[in-house]
Amino acid sequence: MIIGIDMGGTNIDGVLIHDGKLQKSFKHPVDRNDYFQSIWHCLQELLRDTDKDAIERIHLSTTISTNAIVEDQISQVGVVLQTGPGLKWDFERLGHHLAFVSGSVDHRGFVVKSEDPQELNGLRKTFLTSPIEAIAVISKFSTRNPEFEQKVRDLFLHDYEEITMGHTLSGKLNFPRRVQTAYLNAAVSSTFRTFADNMQKALKEENIEAPVFILKADGGTIDLSGATVKPVETILSGPAASFMGMSALLPEIQEDRCLLDIGGTTTDLFFLVDGVPVFEPLGIEIDGRKTLVRAIYSTSVGLGGDSHVRFEEGKLKIGPRRMGSAIGFGGEDLTPTDALVYLGAMQAKYPEKSREALEKLATKQGLDPAELAEGIVKEFCYRIKEVMENTLEMLNASPVYTIKELLSDRAIKPSSVGIIGGPAQALAPHLEETLGMSVEYPDTYEVANAIGAALARPTIEINLLADTDRKILSIPELQIYEEIDRSYDLERAKREALQEVSRAAEAMGLVDASKTEIVEASSYNMVRSFYGADKNIRVKAQIKPGLLTKLTDVKTSEV
Amino acid sequence: MRAKNSLGLILFPAFDWAISPTHPEREERLLYTQDQLMEEGIEDIEGIHFFNPLVAATKDINRVHFCYPNAESLVTESHLIAAGGVMRAFDAVLGGETDKSFALVRPPGHHAQRVVYGDRGFCIINIEAVGLEYARQKYRDMRVAIVDTDCHHGDGTEDIYWNDPDTLFISFHQDGRTLYPGTGPVEDLGGPGAYGYNVNIPLPPNTGDEGFQYVLEHTVMPILEEFKPDLIINSAGQDNHYTDPLTNMNFSAQGYAALNSRMNPDIAVLEGGYSIQGALPYVNTGIVLAMAGLDYSGVIEPDYNLGKWKQSNRVTEQVERVANDVYQLWKNKKTLAERLFAGKTSVRRNRHVYYDTAGIMESQVQEFRVCSSCPGVNWIQSKNDRGASLLGVSIPRKACPSCLDEGYRLFEDAKQKNIKKRFLQDLSNDSFLAE
Repeated sequence: MIIGIDMGGTNIDGVLIHDGKLQKSFKHPVDRNDYFQSIWHCLQELLRDTDKDAIERIHLSTTISTNAIVEDQISQVGVVLQTGPGLKWDFERLGHHLAFVSGSVDHRGFVVKSEDPQELNGLRKTFLTSPIEAIAVISKFSTRNPEFEQKVRDLFLHDYEEITMGHTLSGKLNFPRRVQTAYLNAAVSSTFRTFADNMQKALKEENIEAPVFILKADGGTIDLSGATVKPVETILSGPAASFMGMSALLPEIQEDRCLLDIGGTTTDLFFLVDGVPVFEPLGIEIDGRKTLVRAIYSTSVGLGGDSHVRFEEGKLKIGPRRMGSAIGFGGEDLTPTDALVYLGAMQAKYPEKSREALEKLATKQGLDPAELAEGIVKEFCYRIKEVMENTLEMLNASPVYTIKELLSDRAIKPSSVGIIGGPAQALAPHLEETLGMSVEYPDTYEVANAIGAALARPTIEINLLADTDRKILSIPELQIYEEIDRSYDLERAKREALQEVSRAAEAMGLVDASKTEIVEASSYNMVRSFYGADKNIRVKAQIKPGLLTKLTDVKTSEV
Repeated sequence: MRAKNSLGLILFPAFDWAISPTHPEREERLLYTQDQLMEEGIEDIEGIHFFNPLVAATKDINRVHFCYPNAESLVTESHLIAAGGVMRAFDAVLGGETDKSFALVRPPGHHAQRVVYGDRGFCIINIEAVGLEYARQKYRDMRVAIVDTDCHHGDGTEDIYWNDPDTLFISFHQDGRTLYPGTGPVEDLGGPGAYGYNVNIPLPPNTGDEGFQYVLEHTVMPILEEFKPDLIINSAGQDNHYTDPLTNMNFSAQGYAALNSRMNPDIAVLEGGYSIQGALPYVNTGIVLAMAGLDYSGVIEPDYNLGKWKQSNRVTEQVERVANDVYQLWKNKKTLAERLFAGKTSVRRNRHVYYDTAGIMESQVQEFRVCSSCPGVNWIQSKNDRGASLLGVSIPRKACPSCLDEGYRLFEDAKQKNIKKRFLQDLSNDSFLAE
């Protein structure tokens, strides 16, 4: 049995899944003053009359880290930056304990200028007299050579419990993002650790031995101890839960597809290429900070079932604000939901109120009420289409770096759309007409996010670089830095990348580590002398997001 | 961080193409430039946009070159994409997407001349010229200045714009007596239709930052100010750098960035530069920041040492003399042209062109009609040591009716000549014939 819990902004959803069947579900408002208690309460409800020993794993999509950042409930971080020469970012919003220290590393990983031990010792003294709770250390090109970050970690090893080294969080190159990511990781470490400790204590008291996994923004999971070290990985997992939920509830396809999660206030859009989600190119943005946290690409538009419908200067407008519930559900302002109720496509608590409100507006605008209702739905669908097309145009313009990619012109062209949410069924035929592609929707949607969290499996991405001139192989994400000889080649690099990915995935609790794949692999001849060429080898490997098991008892409908 | 000038970057390292596995023009060339730009977080600067290259069509090449036997058999996809990258750079600026653009593409193109039998100096087609002529046809005719800051003389661009008074070509380079391709003396001032609009500034080996600075302030900037171009293009070769393995100059990343900032080009195009690890990442980053109007003062090479690269007094004297001579020639161009072309109906020049990469020797005659109403129709008759021969007629964009007729007549007459191929490039109608 698997337990999946998704803590959103308003509600907490939970499911219990056994043998691919949804056994139990639970939905309750979140207690914003006590997130842990909200989760614990949900867990207890799911476990009622259930054999605790039969629980294999507990999956959580939490807003613990996200809320800590957004609500500014974060630790004071001593940030050590070795920027070296280059672009001068102002590095705002890194707290009050920011230190720039000397030394630099170049793009190959060669030390250009060593750090100054005296300077670092002086810095330690200053930090120790400041109200600092955690340390983040980041140097430019630290993924290529982490020695400086390691030295600073060693310096503070006995002083602070939470020390984040930039290179451990991503192998991608982007110093300003690495700085923000490491800062946030250090800043939420203590909050997340408290949560994890409470969780484990509570589970122990209840004699539950099932391991706990946390959902990441890339649609994968990380085990609780891993998440305690890299809590920044757990931010903004909500859209990923929704994406994974839809993946579990809709039939699997290997084509390009767009997924829509239509909520009350917003609609989230996701895209798949050959069945694989499109990711943020570098990482997700949180609270105006750009990070290197891997995430499924999603875009949100202020257009939902409860969006405010009105006329402005003679033109029909929908959203982006939500004033309250639909009139048919006791609200005060007209919404697309009311239009669907009027058209008989949706049930409501007070259908006559929806009807009255629509007729009133129609009279005011000199329109036929049915015409107005259809107009609202049409406008809603048209706006979705517009956002979808604009997003695709942007995604399809992503830079490529090889002739093969440029000429293959692999544009994302969705052939179908999957939708989920309250108005999904009612909207499906209209969307199909507007978009001109087939639209599918699952019959269940209320606890889709919890299902997504429950069925997500571990994911990992690694960036291997082998430099036979420097004779070093690096995989920053796994903190692997090994010596290699000049005969090291692309084939060995690919093999090693796959091995390390599966090893890491097994360590993270993935049972079937056969889902590894090479994403990119290239080898560059480095000609430095007349004695033949060295090689600069780069391999990116991953386990992409996927489902632990398929749900077997769900139904989907096509229009 | 927000760019003061919005900047379109066409960063296309062509990671799957090389002239040969160990050739300087290989996959690795822009690897570290890309690493540096990515690590600096260039992608996250507001106002810097990344664009993928277009792919140039045969017609785009025929506007500029007489390819023997034809463009299709000479160019590879990589050349079409490098030229397409420059076309995209023109689109970005002239289409109003960004204030400026920088095409970081490879292979380069400034050694590719009008006649093309193969690869010269790692170039087959002149990517700036292909981009510029595409833009002139697509948007509008423009007065354009191309400033070639590559260490090698831009002999291809010089040849293409030799007789075009609306395209000012300025090349400063290591003196041709000491470096490939050997050309580029101050005396080569252009054809009768554009005399003085070809500006060569040959500099002595070991010229440093202060020398380039002098040339910029005393020669390049005054000429640009007087020419008043609608558009400035920087043919940005990065091989004046003190670490370049093929040249002998002492220019730095700071020097390149400052030069770019002062010159303020609308479009920059990467040309040569083969110090791929020690120079390109820093010079390219410096130019990107300078073009975007951002602070580039922190961009310094790991091994930079101010004192070490200071130029000698002798070099300073030589640089100043050349810079001043060139400016005097620019000032006197009209008088000089009158003296030179008075009473002449046409001007001929004989040239020998060596294709170092392809190993071909070409000899050619160029003839320019001296015309009072337009730059004048001109033709090239060429043969090479592999038995190929051609005649190419070029009708300028602003051809007068008489030169237009003359062009077609010359093409017709070429039938009688003992040549293998004949070409007609009618730029006034954007149409091309080949037989």
